[in-house]
Amino acid sequence: MKLDRAAILTIVLVFGAALVMAALNQMTPPASAMHVPTYVIALAGKYLCFAMLALAVDLVWGFAGILSLGHAAFFALGGYAMGMYLMRQIGDRGVYGNPNLPDFMVFLGWKQLPWYWHGFEWFGFAMLMVVLVPGVLAAVFGWLAFRSRVTGVYLSIITQALTYALLLAFFRNDMGFGGNNGMTDFKAILGFNIQADSTRSALLVISALFLCGQFLLARFVVGSRFGKILIAVRDTESRTRFLGYRPESYKLVVWVLSAVMAGIGGALYVPQVGIINPSEFAPGNSIEAVIWVAVGGRGTLVGAILGAILVNFGKTWFTSVLPELWLYALGAMFILVTLFLPRGVVGLFRRRSRLEPEPEVPAASAAQEVTG
Amino acid sequence: MSEGDTLLYLDGVTVTFDGFRALNALSLVLEQGEMRAVIGPNGAGKTTMMDVITGKTRPDTGKVMFGKDTDLTRLDEPAIASLGIGRKFQKPTVFEPHTVWDNLLLALAGDRAPRFTLFARQTADEKRRIEQILETTRLTDVRHRAAADLSHGQKQWLEIGMLLAQEPQLLLVDEPVAGMTDAETEQTAVLLREINRTRSVVVVEHDMAFVRALDVKVTVLNEGSVLAEGPIDLVSDDPKVIEVYLGR
Repeated sequence: MKLDRAAILTIVLVFGAALVMAALNQMTPPASAMHVPTYVIALAGKYLCFAMLALAVDLVWGFAGILSLGHAAFFALGGYAMGMYLMRQIGDRGVYGNPNLPDFMVFLGWKQLPWYWHGFEWFGFAMLMVVLVPGVLAAVFGWLAFRSRVTGVYLSIITQALTYALLLAFFRNDMGFGGNNGMTDFKAILGFNIQADSTRSALLVISALFLCGQFLLARFVVGSRFGKILIAVRDTESRTRFLGYRPESYKLVVWVLSAVMAGIGGALYVPQVGIINPSEFAPGNSIEAVIWVAVGGRGTLVGAILGAILVNFGKTWFTSVLPELWLYALGAMFILVTLFLPRGVVGLFRRRSRLEPEPEVPAASAAQEVTG
Repeated sequence: MSEGDTLLYLDGVTVTFDGFRALNALSLVLEQGEMRAVIGPNGAGKTTMMDVITGKTRPDTGKVMFGKDTDLTRLDEPAIASLGIGRKFQKPTVFEPHTVWDNLLLALAGDRAPRFTLFARQTADEKRRIEQILETTRLTDVRHRAAADLSHGQKQWLEIGMLLAQEPQLLLVDEPVAGMTDAETEQTAVLLREINRTRSVVVVEHDMAFVRALDVKVTVLNEGSVLAEGPIDLVSDDPKVIEVYLGR
């Protein structure tokens, strides 16, 4: 696989920046001008997790034409799987000091752990669930939707319904996932103090590692013959059928892969923000993820990462200065980008994109068009 | 199958859309290695017939057999395409963002499963086959151009090239010369005859000059069934055909 300059630059910047920030946090005293405070580390880690979600959205939207308005559901499910592990790590350090039950279960008067919580005390099992739960849900959902040839707006609406249904389900106390409050008060991950600066720095570097890994994987998929067929499916689905391809299989593969990528992003997000609750399923979150991709540049992968970081940086800044205006700013940004930067921020730097190749010899082919 | 065997057999095929009979007990027999031109006024059922053969539309009644014992009404589009039936659409449909080369690469006969295409690398054999098709379709000079940048005629040829790459036994070609210049039309007739040397072809066309140039057996469709069948000169003298074409 050949990497172009933009891809190498992205990897170097993402991983380099994470490494430098973590090193400065660890190696300089808090009084130093070079010191990177821990809250910045946590914030940067959060952005990188959002970038994974954006990458996942771009993979299905930019290359397979599936506009998912429910991708945050996969992100949140990965987050919940990690959250369950972190709850089990608390052990008897909870408010009620019950070594077998998380606080919210004691509060609800439950006597024993529900069956589906078993196994989550093991890190390996929990990580398997981070991959499996979003993956299996996506496989079932995708198999049903793509096989029935549900596309376009209808599919987008169903994805939105999916995340909304999960939102309502996770709100319920008797689901056993902490209801409205979700899961929080985490103490440790793999035995390390989750509040410690060193753990935070390590999580940032690990997030950067996973983001770069996902980026390379996505590039491999998109650059393969599979990826070319995916783009063909995006533009002219029926034509691929008459060539003997099964668009539903291609969509399903990329859809499941994308859901797993989003789930991993969610799993890394939870220890860094310290909480997971049903609001992560809110339909607005999924729509925001689509806006990040649109702002960065749909169908470019690099743009998804850039868009997620830029918009979230803007959000952090905006919500501290003019919090009540943020949603207006987000909406305005979406409209402006759609109107004036159809290829997003990345489009400013790139003449040709995968989405819409520009003619190499526009004059000649235009002339032929007229005569032909 | 040897020359003279039946390749495609339609018998009593009826398709109704909301009460409208697009095909009305249509019967058609195509021999192995034959080229057939199908003509007829708008709404005669030409495109619906293509849809039925390629699995896009399922007939209400009737038989659609390919070869000796394959019932096409039981299969979907990808399965039928894999059997060796290729289709060219009225409006040229190529993969616009991809280069001419990649368009042909994706059309080449081969494994269509995602687990194969994810790791597939272009082989020397594939390269040779693509180069051959580029030559046949006169697209060698533009092979690295995006399909979106081709002229209308070049897109039509690219699509015919993609059909060839599929290595089908039977080609269904819908209005191949619509919007082409006279020179392009002539070249297309030559190209189709070349293709017909190794494969069976069904051409749906409005352009009578083009059909005459093909010089093959003609089937005239009207209101969903066969009105007349035979050599072009015989058919064009048929009073029923004249009435349908020149109005009543």
